[in-house]
Amino acid sequence: MPEIYLPLVNKDRNEGANPTHIVIDPLTRIEGHLRIEAQVEAGKVNDAWSSSTMFRGIEPILIGRDPRDAWLFTQRICGVCTTVHAISSVRAVEDALGITIPDNARLVRNLMEAAQYVQDHVIHFYHLHALDWVDVISSLSADPTKTSQLARSISPWPNSSPEYFAAVLSRLQNFVSNGQLSLFANGYWGHPAYILPPEGNLLAVAHYLEALDWQREFIKFHAHLGGKNPHPQTYLVGGMSIPVNPVGNHAINPQVITKLRQLVAMARDFVTQVYIPDLKLIASFYKDWANYGVGVGNFLSYGDFPSSGNDPDSYWLPRGVIFNKNLIDPSQPLDQQAIQEFVARSWYNYSTGDPSGLHPSLGETQPTYTGPQPPYDLLDVEGKYSWLKAPRYNGLPMEVGPLARMLVAYTNGHEQVRTLVNEMLGALGLGPEALISTLGRVAARGIETNLVVEEMGTWIDQLETNMNNGNLAIHEGSLWDPSTWPPTATGWGTTEAPRGALGHWVGIADGKIEHYQTVVATTWNGSPRDAAGLLGPFEQALIGTPIADPARPVEILRTIHSFDPCMACSVHLVDLKGNPLGIEVTMY
Amino acid sequence: MTLMDQPNRKVVLGLGNLLFSDEGFGIQAVQILQAERGSQFAVEWIDGGVLGLNLLPLVEECSHMLVLDAVDAEGPGGTLLEMRGEEIPLYSGVKMSEHQIGFQEVLALAKFRERYPTHLHLIGVQPVDLSIGVGLSPAVTATLPSAVQLATAILREWFPD
Repeated sequence: MPEIYLPLVNKDRNEGANPTHIVIDPLTRIEGHLRIEAQVEAGKVNDAWSSSTMFRGIEPILIGRDPRDAWLFTQRICGVCTTVHAISSVRAVEDALGITIPDNARLVRNLMEAAQYVQDHVIHFYHLHALDWVDVISSLSADPTKTSQLARSISPWPNSSPEYFAAVLSRLQNFVSNGQLSLFANGYWGHPAYILPPEGNLLAVAHYLEALDWQREFIKFHAHLGGKNPHPQTYLVGGMSIPVNPVGNHAINPQVITKLRQLVAMARDFVTQVYIPDLKLIASFYKDWANYGVGVGNFLSYGDFPSSGNDPDSYWLPRGVIFNKNLIDPSQPLDQQAIQEFVARSWYNYSTGDPSGLHPSLGETQPTYTGPQPPYDLLDVEGKYSWLKAPRYNGLPMEVGPLARMLVAYTNGHEQVRTLVNEMLGALGLGPEALISTLGRVAARGIETNLVVEEMGTWIDQLETNMNNGNLAIHEGSLWDPSTWPPTATGWGTTEAPRGALGHWVGIADGKIEHYQTVVATTWNGSPRDAAGLLGPFEQALIGTPIADPARPVEILRTIHSFDPCMACSVHLVDLKGNPLGIEVTMY
Repeated sequence: MTLMDQPNRKVVLGLGNLLFSDEGFGIQAVQILQAERGSQFAVEWIDGGVLGLNLLPLVEECSHMLVLDAVDAEGPGGTLLEMRGEEIPLYSGVKMSEHQIGFQEVLALAKFRERYPTHLHLIGVQPVDLSIGVGLSPAVTATLPSAVQLATAILREWFPD
């Protein structure tokens, strides 16, 4: 079972001598296996390798299928990121066929994606990342009255009485005394890197539980727009399939608009009164982490949330690239032709030779496993060592995700982003350079959640205005029939998924998919070295990380989790390493 | 913590990933069940995919829940197993499903929040082939009629005449 907080294997590569070689496997709590090997010397990481130990390869499944159906398959790549794969896929096909979607489709897609951001970022913070900073066991010794005082000093959120925190504490104590701590098992509780006071820990645990109630309500946002829940079914090449009809029942109607507004208001309260104050509180104790996890210093955002059709120039979050930590000049325009994937250190072969890079529209997925036969202790990090390819932009590794989006917007003078960033930095007493760090990544995710939840109302207003003006179109069907298509076509569709840039490339011939490639966010961030030997963003970010105790490397988890890795998108279920089914031999 | 609404849904939930051969067992089994028994039993038939934590609201709203999934119990491929209530391990314990981290943790959270289905059942099959592809292996396909029988027996318990 993948358990995020437990390094299943900690081995010394050079027994008894420095440097120490640490293996953390698996790392990601959501499905899929991410493995980190790191070399630690004099209490710091001095080299690191990021590997995905499971094969991906959705692409061959799509060959020969109807391009209008591709999104139904791609949204199954990941259980967490369904919406974003669906959007990328329909956008790729729309791009290939030259379809412009109606304004209502743009708005519904923006809203569904925005809801995904808010939901995902809150869940990531409380359920995947907080326990890297919050010691659950320490919270057992908190004083509920002091916790209440702390809570009231940072937020007007109403659940803040001493009785409330006493009840949470009592529930936690019961669970622990019944031997059911397994829910929070495998943390590094008591590790010296945890420095929040017990009351801060109890506050965060209480909000961890509240966030579950919050998500259970907010998740309904997708049901209102996505039809069937849990898998949204309303995407369609050319728009959306849910009707806009002021007097319709199963449609976007005034009642639905009202419900959407209520859910956004509820989300806004939770984000501004719980998430952001908690983030600032925790960050204020961990300011050291503005010095660690810096990474490659290059950032890429495809941009998203169009204000008009799917015109990249109209994206509310802009498209662009930043090199070498340059936060002074505006970001540079993105040229998708500059994207190449490398397999020199990945378990694939290219027909053009392994040192070459291929643009995704020409991408190949030819697995060639040369790693050790499982079960094994160590990867051969001098050779090929990952199922992730290494995407590069102009030959450079690029970080993607909320930090990349916020920096591209910030350097482009995005007013709302600049206001929120400056407010956060002011509260922490840090300068903009602090953003490029583990702490900055955590802060950028919170800033973005705040930004997006404030903007959602604008799109709901526009949807309502369209509806009231009789503009009900939500699907452009004139190019639906394959007989209207050119014999061949190629397209590119992108979204900014919560965890970063997501691109789908499609080639269509005679009405069928001839070629399909996806490059997902965690492939950018978690990539191995490339043909030039440049480290991927995870790898680079780990270098210099202090490690108090190599047997319990919570510091590595902090930096890796700050990227919000989702290996489910990158790869899936087959465990090559010690799965009792022995499926590893059936794979290749 | 809101505990006001009593859970009262009866749900048959298929879990798994349709893109990984036998991983799609749960979802396919629920589709068959719904086709064969949909008119007989007043339950919700839900394709849960690999949604993990997003399934928590559903679990917490259920009085009755039957889960169908590919399960790793280290047995021979195509072996069916049935578990119920306390037999189903939460979070840690025997390795069961490929994506149990999602679902077993969801169950543990529901337990912690005191919103656990009173009637919880699991029907699992040991997968043979988890490679990328759409469709079940012959051994797992052969278990579908038995899986449907087991599920039908459970549903009859839920709806005694």
